[in-house]
Amino acid sequence: MPDKAPLVQQSAPPVDVDLEREIAALFVQALNLEIAPQDIDPEAPLYGAGLGLDSIDILEAALILSKQYGIQLRADSPENHQIFRSLRHLAGYVAARRTK
Amino acid sequence: MEYAAGKAADHVKPLLSHESPASVVAYRGGRAIQAQQFLADARQLAERMPSGKHVLNACVDRYHFAVGLAAGLMSDKANLLPSTYAPEFVRQLAQFAPDAFVLTDQAHCDIDLPRFRYPRDLGERNPRCAAVGPRGTAPYCVPQIPQEQVAAIVFTSGSTGTPLPYQKSWGRLTRCVRDGASRLGLLDGRAHTLIGTVPAQHMYGLESTVLLALQSGNAFAAERPFFPADICAAIVAARRPRALVSTPIHLRTLLAAGIDLPPLDLIVCATAPLSQELAREAEQGFKTRLLEIYGSTETGQIATRRTADSAVWHLWPGVRLRSDHGQVYAEGGHLEQATPMCDVLEITGEDEFLLHGRTADLVNIAGKRSSFGYLNAQLTAIPGVIDGAFFLRGGADLDGGVTGISRLAAAVVAPDLDAGTLLEHLRRRIDPVFLPRPLLMVERLPRNATGKLPLQALQALCDRDSPEPGSPQGSS
Repeated sequence: MPDKAPLVQQSAPPVDVDLEREIAALFVQALNLEIAPQDIDPEAPLYGAGLGLDSIDILEAALILSKQYGIQLRADSPENHQIFRSLRHLAGYVAARRTK
Repeated sequence: MEYAAGKAADHVKPLLSHESPASVVAYRGGRAIQAQQFLADARQLAERMPSGKHVLNACVDRYHFAVGLAAGLMSDKANLLPSTYAPEFVRQLAQFAPDAFVLTDQAHCDIDLPRFRYPRDLGERNPRCAAVGPRGTAPYCVPQIPQEQVAAIVFTSGSTGTPLPYQKSWGRLTRCVRDGASRLGLLDGRAHTLIGTVPAQHMYGLESTVLLALQSGNAFAAERPFFPADICAAIVAARRPRALVSTPIHLRTLLAAGIDLPPLDLIVCATAPLSQELAREAEQGFKTRLLEIYGSTETGQIATRRTADSAVWHLWPGVRLRSDHGQVYAEGGHLEQATPMCDVLEITGEDEFLLHGRTADLVNIAGKRSSFGYLNAQLTAIPGVIDGAFFLRGGADLDGGVTGISRLAAAVVAPDLDAGTLLEHLRRRIDPVFLPRPLLMVERLPRNATGKLPLQALQALCDRDSPEPGSPQGSS
């Protein structure tokens, strides 16, 4: 089962600006995004209208997270992109789950 | 026990081919759903759905989708399968079918049509269903659907600004899928489980997960696993023999994820051409054979190949290709009439061909199909856009990453709009996979003397404005 519970409870994860920057830089490079890492709003949604990532990007992003931080993402369905609610949220998730 | 399907007259085809009411049609959350219950659910849904004759079946759960499809077949409602839920596309859909409504199993649904929520009291907990077990009082009677009944209407973008509908009759759909089941080796008397990473709403997903299982007496998994770890978990949870119905993107990410790959008994792949290298890696990784399917919205599925071994496609039994003045047509088999093909095909034998790519106007990104004509029409219809064109960036290695997807670029003349506003407009009109990266705001397009846009000139715009971190392109 995907462990979603911590995501819901983790409404205010500790902010790690360096990690946010690092993840943003990885995404910008791998997904060929037209934005500078420091210009990504850490509170804006990564999926859909915010940063404009789509489901293909999310797959790519999942691979980056597995290679870089040793995290295998799980979700009930492609619609369940809670992890990608925002860069800040994602960084909090990575900080809590990273194995490398 | 009555088994109506065995007595099918020529003008009808059974809704499903499971011989016993206890045959498993689907697995959902690890629980088996038998044919009897599936039919009971579909009958109930058919009674409860609104009276409109067009249902936009947006159910995410594959079992819910299948119940919606079956309920539509029982009550002569066509399932609408648009290529995108972009608001502008849905608006055009509503003009095409004013009685259309959305069938959704999600609490939140953005589609701007009258909404009908998939009833949560259908299924296991329903006392009416519990009463009809294999030895219950209700006879096992499989609905017989007229062959000419329109089961689904699939939409492509067309080459202008208007979506094109393709009516799929029940007879042709089922013949196509049964021929496919035989080709894939799913009619060997064993109970196969099909796990799909593609949505049921996609033509390929419809044919190769829900319909394939229903028409071959096999079962599908209701879940649509997404991340590599999800897909592997779904495979492990499925009974063998088990088949993965997937795409090059999903296979590529699965193989790149560096996780243990559970054994499969068949891999089916479609939506975009698969490389021989990736096919071989997938066969080795999952310890099984991989069959790639070729098809189109217009024809449905018509050929397979064992990609790891050969580039040659083998046509479905009865289907033939014919070339006439440079245009290749498919005919015979489940095809009612000769159908022009949108790809560049080379006929190499009576039932063999090679695929050499797509005709110039077609666009296929991540298995979603559109045309430059359609995308350009949507772009230039935005108020404030004077001129604009989508194009493919030169060199597939420019982007694409591990998933290997090349995105589209666009050059736009719109002096009074900024890139952000323009993207917002586009997002309402076209599927997100076609949104341009980069979107270049230019003073004029590099049209030649005849008004045409040489691809090289467009690609040169990209190179000139190659992205500098910190200066998002197009901000005017």
